Amino acid sequence: MNWSLILNWAFVVALVTAGIRLAIPVLLAVLGETVTERAGVLNLGLEGVMAVGGVTGFLVAYLLQSGPLAAWSSWIGLLAGMAAGMLLGLILAVLSISLQADQVICGVTLVVFGQGLANYVYRQAFSSLTARVPGLPALPIPLLSRIPVLGEILFDHDATVYITFALVYLVWLFLFRTHWGLSIRAVGENPAAAETSGLNVSAIRYAATLIGTALAGLGGAVLTTIQLRMFREGITGGRGWIAVALVIFARWQPKLALVGALLFGLADSIQYRIQALSQVERGMGTIPYEFLLMLPYVLTLVVLLYRTGHSEAPAALGRAYDKSAD
Amino acid sequence: MSEGDTVARPVAKRLALPSWLVAGGAPVAGALVGLAIGALLIRLTGADPLQAYATMVRGAFGGPRQITDTILKASPLLLVGLGLTAAFRARVWNIGGEGQYYMGALCGGIVALYCANWPRPLLLVTMLGAGVAGGMAWALVAAVLKVRRGMSEIISTLMLNYIAILFMQYMARGPLQEPGGYLPESAQFAASTRLPTLLGTRVHLGVLIAVLLVPLVYALLWSTPLGFRLRAVGSRESVARYAGISVEWAIVFALAFSGGLSGLAGIVEVSTLHTRLKAAISGGYGFSGILVALLGRMHPVGVAIASVFFAALIIGAQSMHVVSGLPDALANAVQALIVLCVLAADALARRRLNA
Amino acid sequence: MSATSEPIVQMRGIVKRFPGVVANAGVDFDLMPGEVHALLGENGAGKTTLMNVLYGLHTPDAGEIRLRGRRVAFASANDAIAHGLGMVHQHFMLVNPFTVAENIVLGQRSRRGPLLEKRSVVYERLRALSEQYHLAIDPSAEVWTLSVGEQQRVEILKALYRGAEVLILDEPTAVLTPQEVEGLLQTLQQLTREGKSIVFISHKLGEVLAASDRITVLRDGKVVDTVRAHDTDQQALARMMVGRDVVLRVSKPPARPGEVLLSVQGVHALSDRGLPALRGVSFQVRAGEILGIAGVAGNGQSELEEVIAGLRRVTAGRIAICGHETANRRPAEVSRAGLAHIPSDRYRLGLLKDFPVAENLFLQRIGEPPFTRHGWLDQAIIQAAARELAAAYDVRTPSVAAHAGTLSGGNAQKMILARELARNPKVLLAAQPTRGLDVSAIEYVHRRLIEQRDKGVGIVLISTELDEILALSDRIAVMYEGEIVGMVDAEGADVNEIGLMMAGSKRQSREEAR
Repeated sequence: MNWSLILNWAFVVALVTAGIRLAIPVLLAVLGETVTERAGVLNLGLEGVMAVGGVTGFLVAYLLQSGPLAAWSSWIGLLAGMAAGMLLGLILAVLSISLQADQVICGVTLVVFGQGLANYVYRQAFSSLTARVPGLPALPIPLLSRIPVLGEILFDHDATVYITFALVYLVWLFLFRTHWGLSIRAVGENPAAAETSGLNVSAIRYAATLIGTALAGLGGAVLTTIQLRMFREGITGGRGWIAVALVIFARWQPKLALVGALLFGLADSIQYRIQALSQVERGMGTIPYEFLLMLPYVLTLVVLLYRTGHSEAPAALGRAYDKSAD
Repeated sequence: MSEGDTVARPVAKRLALPSWLVAGGAPVAGALVGLAIGALLIRLTGADPLQAYATMVRGAFGGPRQITDTILKASPLLLVGLGLTAAFRARVWNIGGEGQYYMGALCGGIVALYCANWPRPLLLVTMLGAGVAGGMAWALVAAVLKVRRGMSEIISTLMLNYIAILFMQYMARGPLQEPGGYLPESAQFAASTRLPTLLGTRVHLGVLIAVLLVPLVYALLWSTPLGFRLRAVGSRESVARYAGISVEWAIVFALAFSGGLSGLAGIVEVSTLHTRLKAAISGGYGFSGILVALLGRMHPVGVAIASVFFAALIIGAQSMHVVSGLPDALANAVQALIVLCVLAADALARRRLNA
Repeated sequence: MSATSEPIVQMRGIVKRFPGVVANAGVDFDLMPGEVHALLGENGAGKTTLMNVLYGLHTPDAGEIRLRGRRVAFASANDAIAHGLGMVHQHFMLVNPFTVAENIVLGQRSRRGPLLEKRSVVYERLRALSEQYHLAIDPSAEVWTLSVGEQQRVEILKALYRGAEVLILDEPTAVLTPQEVEGLLQTLQQLTREGKSIVFISHKLGEVLAASDRITVLRDGKVVDTVRAHDTDQQALARMMVGRDVVLRVSKPPARPGEVLLSVQGVHALSDRGLPALRGVSFQVRAGEILGIAGVAGNGQSELEEVIAGLRRVTAGRIAICGHETANRRPAEVSRAGLAHIPSDRYRLGLLKDFPVAENLFLQRIGEPPFTRHGWLDQAIIQAAARELAAAYDVRTPSVAAHAGTLSGGNAQKMILARELARNPKVLLAAQPTRGLDVSAIEYVHRRLIEQRDKGVGIVLISTELDEILALSDRIAVMYEGEIVGMVDAEGADVNEIGLMMAGSKRQSREEAR
């Protein structure tokens, strides 16, 4: 294998830049799930939510791309993806909060439902599998993007990347510096205490679930509408599940979520680059590409091996809160 | 979670009905609601739901050929579902049915490819046994991760899914590829690897095994100390541990058992239907099996009924696709929708009881 | 008590039903401004329910509530708080990882919009309040690090911070040492001096008489009577509470202890959080005696229970049952050595709610003959044996096939008792055996314990109810902060001395302890 192709600056910069971009959908889902789990609700349906958000965003952007709203088609698509995610989140919320059904089972079923629904909608709407959308243009930040190396890596992306970075800070601020965040965390630690402090546990859990699934739906929409600019079955590729794992890795902290998502993005990026390289250079296929594709999933397992800090989980996570229980 | 039990009996007492009727009530109600919403979805695409459903029913049960198709489709669902029933009863959420299915298919397939000239009974037993072993071993990876490192089996089995499918892809494209072939598939399995069929029909040994497992799994869960321990761990782990039950071994058994059955489903399907190893050998049985187990209230008889029902949905959706152009992806969505409705119905019933 | 004669709180004809039980069946209750009014009654009499109704946590099925003469109907705790009510629950409603300040501020709007109030502002307000009411507390401390008494102070401050004029305290002394109880009573006096009105829910006769101005006794959801504290005494109150004369002491034949059955030597263990919970505990229990382990909850009793039962690791020391080493062995081995265990947490350790009573009765033995033959469970034998055992121990259930979750607390405990005693143990570890039980169930359990003692079983009784310890034990050991600080004979024991030991204020020297 020709290492010089890999160990040069241009390659590394391209790798990291792509890694940041690839991290965005997962990061959005992780941020969302962090909020949801902080309120004590375990939403395992992220994979389905991302699929539904992805197909909705793509569909809306596609339909609008040649009409009067063309310039806004991508943005409206993203909003539509968020809304679709929230709808799916509503189903989970009703089942697990109001009806107190088992959260694990509901989440897994929701994945199958979301994926099935997304595939069905896509097949119905698109006879051909090559539909495309324009996505968003790159938005280099003036001045900052001129900085050698760092400029290209950090400041030469499309708007969704910057928005997501801002969201990392905003979600942290929300959870730890506002009274809404305090209420959410109280509900996740001790719902009975929150109730007697005058908080409406159900309403707060609903809100946290909807916020979480809105962000996850957005993540799916960013994946299809902005980054890959297409849709196909299974396009989310396990990102929803990886997001669930990363929430644990990040100890339910938004700042660490960034680290986890970046790790995943890097793994994804490495896998793409090396595949591309091995296609260019014959005889470089010493690593079968399937093993490269496995990288993100193996990484998730490895990362979790050293992070089973369940003592840091919100104390009431996954358990339904029954108001009438004495 | 044996909601069926905790809800059915008191509700049955209140309504003076036999408890099995009430336990079956939620799934039936859920199925009806799910089908109704499915009809809505069909109507939204401009087709006539009644016609579409009629086509589905004909496609699944219209004649001996169709019924056989449905039975053949139900058998892997039943195998996976039965395995998961045991696991879920212990609250071990094995979501890795797909991966275990693939690994079972791979291991059994390797036996099929390289031992084809063995005496047939030995060949078949080894092939099926390898399938079981492959699925079991793959599930045991998750078991070790859970017992030694406390890693949630949900995430580990899921990641292992993706890894297994990719590995199969590699094997089919690489080491096991048909010599001289262009496609990423193995050579076709020799005729000797086909499972014997029943009386001139297409119903093969795999179906028989699946059907026999229904009473066996029931007996395992409710008439043996091992089953008691599994259910105790699922009911309240702390109490089970205190009573001297080894929770760790229960988890290991739950994963091994469900993995083994999923692996068996894999090799049975590959050897009877696909007859070669390739990347696409599953109709999502790993996930559908989960839904079947849930719809069947984690009870072997319920799982049997649910697997036939789901098989009918899939086959029917395929024929609906052929006839009226509706995508068969609808079937998956409707299946999951039905389970969601059942979960809701069950949760509602429990609240009515307690409120 | 102030001069105005208008009650600040008036509850009339309150009815509250839950599935299967009428918790309040037409209750009238008045609270005068500046008074301490006790609500007395047994477990299940309806005291907490009544106050939960007042506090807006439950809506009454019938009846009306008046606050300062005006009719009110609270839809939530928020409403009640807004009207000047504050409640301190029996099980503290505090968020453990949060600081004191965060807990107090929870649920309240700040003046900075969505952002939380500046820390310094909150701390200032808290310091002022805590000085005014003599409730010393550190606003920046995380709640899980505080002692139980301090946590209670946080709860009270929380109510005061929100401007409570009426304070409802639900079983506030259940987790306090006798000395901390003194401190609380003084706090109550300070509060009434500042014009607050207080409802004090309790089942403890002595404290109720010491603390309150008036006492309302509830029984089975109805008011028995409302009396002035200095017009009554413990016997009269007990009779009102229970409806008959209650034997306040269990009569038992004197103990005749035999050989040592349980030996605990220098045992150290860590709590769930990794802090030392047991710091060199040593004691012995002989055949035919009851050793009562007294102490306020949280001083290592649950860790001691778990260590003996084989549920928690011992980091140093030895435990031996009938000569067999049992420290750090699995529960199954420990029970084979001769231990039976009545767990303090019934549902976490004691029984499987979703399993039939019959299977619960033989939980540990179900895989052995005669319940299992040739690898199969023999349901016929299980059912028959269960019916016999349930009858012998007065477990009231329509059928032994009913799920254990359908049993009442008392019957569930009798079931556990049946299971454990049917194994003919040598040592019985009974932890909080009568928690949550009604009087007749308590009497039953006590009788059975004495019976076992007389049969030669060695019994360790861990209980936070000092009365129970005094009534049943032959010897009493007091636990404080993970150590045995004193060991006395029950005969002629000085309750005051025990109370001081429970509070850590007194510690026996080597010579005094046996």
